Order: sequence, then structure tokens, then C-alpha cells
Amino acid sequence: MSLTFPFSAIVGQDDMKMAIMLTAVDPSIGGVLVFGDRGTGKSTAVRALAALLPKMRAVVGCPYGCDPENAKCPDCLAKATAGAKAGTSSKKTSHLVSVPVVDLPLGATEDRVVGALDLERALSQGVKAFEPGLLARANRGYLYIDEVNLLEDHLVDLLIDVAASGENVVEREGLSVRHPARFVLIGSGNPEEGELRPQLLDRFGLSVEVKTPDTLAQRVEVVKRRDAFEQSPQAFTDQWKKEDDRVRRSIVAARKRLPDVVIPDEAREFAAQLCMSLGTDGLRGDLTLVRAARAEAALQGASQIELKHLMRVAPSALRHRLRRNPLDDSGSSTRVERALAELTAPKPESLNR
Amino acid sequence: MQGDAATIAALFAVDPVGLGGVALRSPACDNRDQWLGLLTHLLPAETPLRRVPLNINDTALLGGLDLGATLQAGKPIALKGLLAQANGGVLVLAMAERMSLSSAARFGSVLDTGVVALQRDGLDTMAKASLGLVALDEGANDDEQMPAGLADRLAFRLLMSAQDEDEDGPEWTAQEVLSARECLSQITMDDEAVKALCAAALALGIDSLRASVFAVRVARAAAALAGSNTVEEEHIGVAARLVLAPRATRLPPQAPPELQENESENTNQEAEEPPTEPPPSPAAQSNQVEDQSQSDEPDETPDEDPGLPANLADLVLEAAQAAIPAGLLASLKIGQLQRAKTSTSGSAGALQKNALRGRPVGARKGEPRSGQRINVLETLRAAAPWQRLRQRQVAQTVGQKQRIVVRKEDFHVTRFRQLGQTTTVFVVDASGSSALNRLAEAKGAVELLLADCYVRRDSVAVLAFRGQTAELILPPTRSLARAKRSLAGLPGGGSTPLAHAIDAAMRLADQLRKKGETPIVVLLTDGKGNIALDGKPGRAQAATDALAAAAEMRLKGFSTLLVDTSPQAQDAAKNLAQVMGAQYLALPYAGANTLNQAVRAVASRS
Repeated sequence: MSLTFPFSAIVGQDDMKMAIMLTAVDPSIGGVLVFGDRGTGKSTAVRALAALLPKMRAVVGCPYGCDPENAKCPDCLAKATAGAKAGTSSKKTSHLVSVPVVDLPLGATEDRVVGALDLERALSQGVKAFEPGLLARANRGYLYIDEVNLLEDHLVDLLIDVAASGENVVEREGLSVRHPARFVLIGSGNPEEGELRPQLLDRFGLSVEVKTPDTLAQRVEVVKRRDAFEQSPQAFTDQWKKEDDRVRRSIVAARKRLPDVVIPDEAREFAAQLCMSLGTDGLRGDLTLVRAARAEAALQGASQIELKHLMRVAPSALRHRLRRNPLDDSGSSTRVERALAELTAPKPESLNR
Repeated sequence: MQGDAATIAALFAVDPVGLGGVALRSPACDNRDQWLGLLTHLLPAETPLRRVPLNINDTALLGGLDLGATLQAGKPIALKGLLAQANGGVLVLAMAERMSLSSAARFGSVLDTGVVALQRDGLDTMAKASLGLVALDEGANDDEQMPAGLADRLAFRLLMSAQDEDEDGPEWTAQEVLSARECLSQITMDDEAVKALCAAALALGIDSLRASVFAVRVARAAAALAGSNTVEEEHIGVAARLVLAPRATRLPPQAPPELQENESENTNQEAEEPPTEPPPSPAAQSNQVEDQSQSDEPDETPDEDPGLPANLADLVLEAAQAAIPAGLLASLKIGQLQRAKTSTSGSAGALQKNALRGRPVGARKGEPRSGQRINVLETLRAAAPWQRLRQRQVAQTVGQKQRIVVRKEDFHVTRFRQLGQTTTVFVVDASGSSALNRLAEAKGAVELLLADCYVRRDSVAVLAFRGQTAELILPPTRSLARAKRSLAGLPGGGSTPLAHAIDAAMRLADQLRKKGETPIVVLLTDGKGNIALDGKPGRAQAATDALAAAAEMRLKGFSTLLVDTSPQAQDAAKNLAQVMGAQYLALPYAGANTLNQAVRAVASRS
């Protein structure tokens, strides 16, 4: 496995890094959509994620990487019943594995995405056996789609379905398999090359817009680090290991803190008001905003959601949920920021009185 | 052979993987063949060099299941794709200007990662594919360009024509390239050099950071080729000339740096501002931040490293500037339209997926419902590997042998794609306020567009507005004779019912869209309506009505272009364009030809 560019060595792009870290703290936020200019290191950041995530505990030999505390996949259940019959302990052996970050390459066929019959065994032995696909491999981890706007329609439909239910159902050759497929969907692309269907857009919890850094200092730094990495990948990775470790520790600490972060009523109210004033569709925006703010609070070491956490995550959580407004020319980010400013402006006054 | 062409071949041969490749824009001619021959000669003898046809399918490109071998062997046999076969070598892409975005994305991801991830036909493999590309781009005019996402990943852009004369230039031998390859990793490059290249990229308005990364690598390769251990000024110059200059989107600020340094910060800004901006162009404005950071640059350089020439950044810029193609400024305006992001409008001539007709683009799993056509070959292919398994089942249940067992899940249907027809609706302001000479230009542009229609199968319609209402003087047509006739008879003069015109254009565009065509609305006006929707004169009400109609138009999401025909750019028209979500083009002195080009830029965004 070749080395990937270290996450912490990515210059700038704070929004993108934040969004990715938030989903690492709380996967229930949903996926991240990274849209932006060419050559801004979109895929670099996602590929760096794999090396950054703390390892997780999984059942040994389970193709779906089941959590030993909650092993509900067909394989684990079958083993459990077999174990119970044999009278052995149902305790499963588990080991630490890296969190899967699975690439869905362009040109992937449906059978490899959802899983199909094991071709080799069918051919050589004439046996029906299910061979799990990419969705199974991504369970409990991440599914990354580069150039998500170029994805074939029938694959998009499939993903929308699985991402909503967290379960993959395959019927083939009279074989019926149903297995867990909960993953964080990460998509990246260039909006100039095609837009996403709203249904898929909605599956992404957060969306970030990346832009090419426009100051010389930042640009020089990007080029220098890229160059240093290519000259000697190992040395460069070692050099940034400390920083990467620090990020990893902060994710682990935030995960621990997450359940205890208090969500004050004002925070919920604020989120609801913001969504109302922006006219976002459905409740998902509202929920995601609060969840993301909670994860941000946990990352910052706060004990409860504060206004600044909501402000920080609001553009990412809501930007892709706005309806187009014919009378408003500004981009979605500007609209979210303006709504934030309107909501927060009267506050200091009311406090002063 | 041109001097630079030989240099590019040599540099690319030194580091094909790191430099991504060469976008070679040239008609098929001897010069191009010679260049490819030179490249083959310079690359080490055993380097794989493969040609990729335009419409290569995924199995051939990425790899897949070799069905014949699989059935014979009784176990899955993978077919190696062209990308994996070219590992360590060079792929030559034919007709890159016609390449689809999804093919470009496949090549792009291989260039980025150096591997082909194969997830097809039950195969799950990862093959090494570090390679360089030569994209042969035979595009004849501006709207035939290779996908920008792919061009961005190739370090060089090389322009050639059949008429290019041989030039005496530096020449390299395969031996030199070979030794350059060996010492490439030992070349050192100091921070000032990196900084100078980045600064030059900024000053030339190059957004993508890949350009700067490539410039650094090219400087290294140039040093290696020259047998130097460190990157010197001349190598940086080569990088700027070959990588940065062809990507320039604007000319760098003109003010000489010596002047700036003698002046204080504030006057420095003022002194620099006026010459910086070419005639009011939005790009220059949006790049002001960059301009400033660029103007800071010369101040910093001398402090940090007195050993280097203080004006390294300027030298680099000069080298790049000298190589900027001549017509850059002239083409900038058109280029902006092409580059402009269009999130609101559906792209013109969009590929429409159509279940029943059009060009077949492969097959997909699915049952032939509602008239979809079954793809027999793909269906049989899908069924083939499972025959042994199924035969056994059939034998158990039915008791007799069947020749081929095809199940519902094997069904594949053919997918078709159809290029949506584009209809350009010209809405021409024929009122007295829009001087009559604009009318002549509009007529000229429509005629020029019509001439293109025979090639592009588009149609054109013309709405003219004057007096009280807007009138459809030319219904959507491809007939040149008819269009000319009705245009010649178009009278001018009278008041300006702008709101009416926008309404009428919207209705027409709506109709066209319902017919499955892609309308593009081109509005030629000075934006000064004086007849309200109810037909009464009055500027204030007319403006309100026009803006309301424009807002409605935006909601529909048509591609629109507003050409401001007033002698000087007006706020009225600019406002209208903004409300309408239209691209704005001020053409105070444009001829029919420029207008035609602008329309095609809007139409050909892809």
C-alpha cells in the first residue's frame, strides 16, 4: 500500500477538514459532499482520512466488519446459532481493524457494488455462495465516490436506497441476502461537470465548497509540501505523524465526550429558526445542524452546544438544502451567512436591556 | 520541428508519470507524427506505448472478465485493461476533443492515484498504472476542447499545425534523457524558485494549483536534462514558458517593480491599479486580491535571501509573458463566458438519456419494460458463467437438460443517449433607443449561427420587440433562405416593451423545452424599457415589470445571455442580467462575428 498524503499537512481548506472530522466524531451526521475547483486536493483529503481514523473492534472473519457488541449480520447470526447448538460460548473473538474507507471507482458494475454470487465457486464447484460487494466492505466506515456527479444513474438509485435504510438486500440465483451497510458517504466533484440529483444531495449531511487558496503564501506552502511528499514520502509522513496523531487523539476524545454534550433548548430553537428563515425542505437540515454542532462542541471540548458551534457548522449543514430563490442572486453560502447574521444581530441588544 | 516541441518531448520523456502528459492540439499531420516519433525515440526502448481509441469501452480500458477464457478454464480469468497494460509507459488518446466527461474522469483518477481500481464483473483487483498521457486534440475551433478536468492534469499544452516550419532548437538524445531520469530524484530546488513559480502563476491568473506543481516538476526535469544538480534560473524560465504561459488567463500587472519599491505602500497601490486592469473585465476585478498579494511579493524577496537575484519572480514572469499566445486578450472575453460557472441553468445541448432512441451507449442490467430493447449479447454474457450451476439445479427439479438457462436477473437492456437539439432564441431590441445599427449586427449574428446549424443541427428563432409588443418574426428554423428573408424585412424604431419581450421569450423557450429541445435565450437590448406590461408608457413601471419577468425567467433555469447593446455598459442591463441569472456581455462595438462566438461559448459549455 503506497503512502497517502497526511491529513494534517493539507494547507487551509478548514471547512473540508472540519466536515470530515465531524463525521469521524459522529457518523450519524451523514455524509460529506465536497464540491469545488480543480486541483484543490479534494480527493487527497478523503484518501488521507483512512490513515487518520482510530482503529475499531470487529468480529474476526466477519465480511461486514461487525461490531462484537452488536453483531447482526447473517454470518455472525449463523455462527451464533451454530455456537449455541454446539453448546460453546457465544463470545466472539474480535480484533482491531482499520476503519474501512472504500473507494467506489468509476466504471464499477452493479454486481461489485451490492455483491453477487461468488463466480469462482459457481464455476469450479457449481456452488451458490454470496460474495459481498463494496457496500459490505464499507459497513461501519466510509464509502468514497470521486466525481460523484458522473456516477451512473442506476448506481445512484441504489446508493440512495441503501444510504437511507442502512441495509443492503441482494436477490440473485434464488439466493437472498440482507446485510447491514451503514457507512458515511463521501462524494467529491466539480459542479461544472454536472449537478447532483436532489435526492442524492439530501443524503449528504454536510457539504463544503473548496476553493483554490488565493494568497501567495498559502499557494507556495501547498506546492512545497506536495513536492516534499513526492521527493520522499516516508520522511514527509513521519514528519507529520505527530500532527496526525494529535488530530486522531482529538477525534477519540471528542467521541468519548459526545454523549455528554448538552443540547440546550435555545440551540434547538436557534437551529429551527435558522432553517425556517432559510426555508429548507424537510427536517433533515434541522437535525443535521444540531448533530454537527454537537460534534463540533465535542471537538472543541465544550460541555454544551454554544452559539459559535452552530454558527461554525451552519453553512456546511444547510448550504445544499436551500431552494433556489429567483430574487436572490447570491450563492447558497452567502445566504446562510446572511440568515445567521440576521438571527444573531438582535441578540446582544436584547441581552443588554 | 519547433524548438519548444522538442523540449517538451524531452522533458516529458524524463518524467512521464510526474508530469501527467501533453495536450497536443494539432490536426492530423506530418508534424504531429514526427513529434510522436521523436517522443517514442526519446523514451527508453522498452516503454509501453499504447494508442487508445475514442469510444473505448470500460472492459477494454479498465479490464473485466474474459468470458471465453473463463468458461474454458472453469475459473474467473481477468482481462487486463489498456490502462494496466500501459503501466510504466505512455498512452496516446485519439480525438481527445470529443472525449466524454466520464472517460476523462477515468483517466484523471488513474493519473491521480497511479492505480486502476477494478470493480467489475465479479472481479475485485487493483492494478498498478503509473503512466503519462499524450492527448491528441484535433479540435478545429474554440468550442471543440478536450475536457478541462483532464487538460488540468497534463503539464504541457502544445499547439501545432501542418504549416509549422522546422526551427533550429535544442535537441536531445535518448541517452541524455536516460541519464536525466536517473538523476531526477537528486535535483535540489530552493524555496525561492518554488515561490517565484507560484507568484507567476498567480499573476497570470492561473487558478488550479496543479499548474504550479507541474511547473516545479518541469523545472526539476529541465535541470536534470541539462545535467545540473540544482534548479537554476533558466530551468525555472523553461517551466514558466512551457507550463504557465499556455494556461494564462490574463496578462500580468504592467507596472515595473522597480517603481513600486521606491514608493510608499499606498501610492504603490494607486500607481499599480490603473495599468493592472485591462478594459473593464470581471476577471481582473475578482482577482484583485491576487493582484495585491502579487504586488507584495517583490518586497519580500530581497529580505529573505540576498544571495538570489531580487527579481527572480519578475524574470519568471517575463519568461512566461513572452510565450503567452498573441490573441490572449482578444479571446479573454469569450473565454470568461466559457469558464463561467453556470449553476442555475441546464447546460445547453445536454445529453438526454433516452430509453428508446439515440446513440447506443452500452447496456445495463434491467428488464425490457415499456419498449426498452433487450441486449441479447449482454444478456447471454451475463448468463454464461452461471450455466453449470443452473444446469445442476434444473436437472434436479425438471429432470431433463436444457441447453441454456437464462434467468430474469440476466436481462440487459441497451441504453441510448440522444443529443438534445439546441434552439437559440434571439430577442432583438428593435426600438428607437437601441440604435438601429445594433439591429444589423444581430441580423448578421443570426445568419452566421444559421450557417453553423447545418453542422450542429441546431435551430434559431428570432423575436423582435418594438412599439407595443414583441413579435415572433422567425419561428424556430434551420432554413437559411427563410431566415434571411424574414430578417431583411425587420423594421426598427419606436418604444421599448421590454417586459413583453422577456415574457414572450420565456413562453417560447418553455414550448421548446416541452418539445425536448434545449433553448438558449439571447437577449440583445440596452435594458431601458419604457412600455409596461399593460401597454402603457412609463419608465418606472416598465422597469419593475421587466425585472419581475426576468426573475420569473430565472426560475425556469434557461441558459440566457444578455448582450448589452448600449454604447457604454449600463447598469440597467447589468441589473437585468443579474436578476435573470443571465450571463452578461457588454459589446459596445462588437460585430456579428464576435456575437456569434459569444453565443457559441454559452452554448458549448460542457
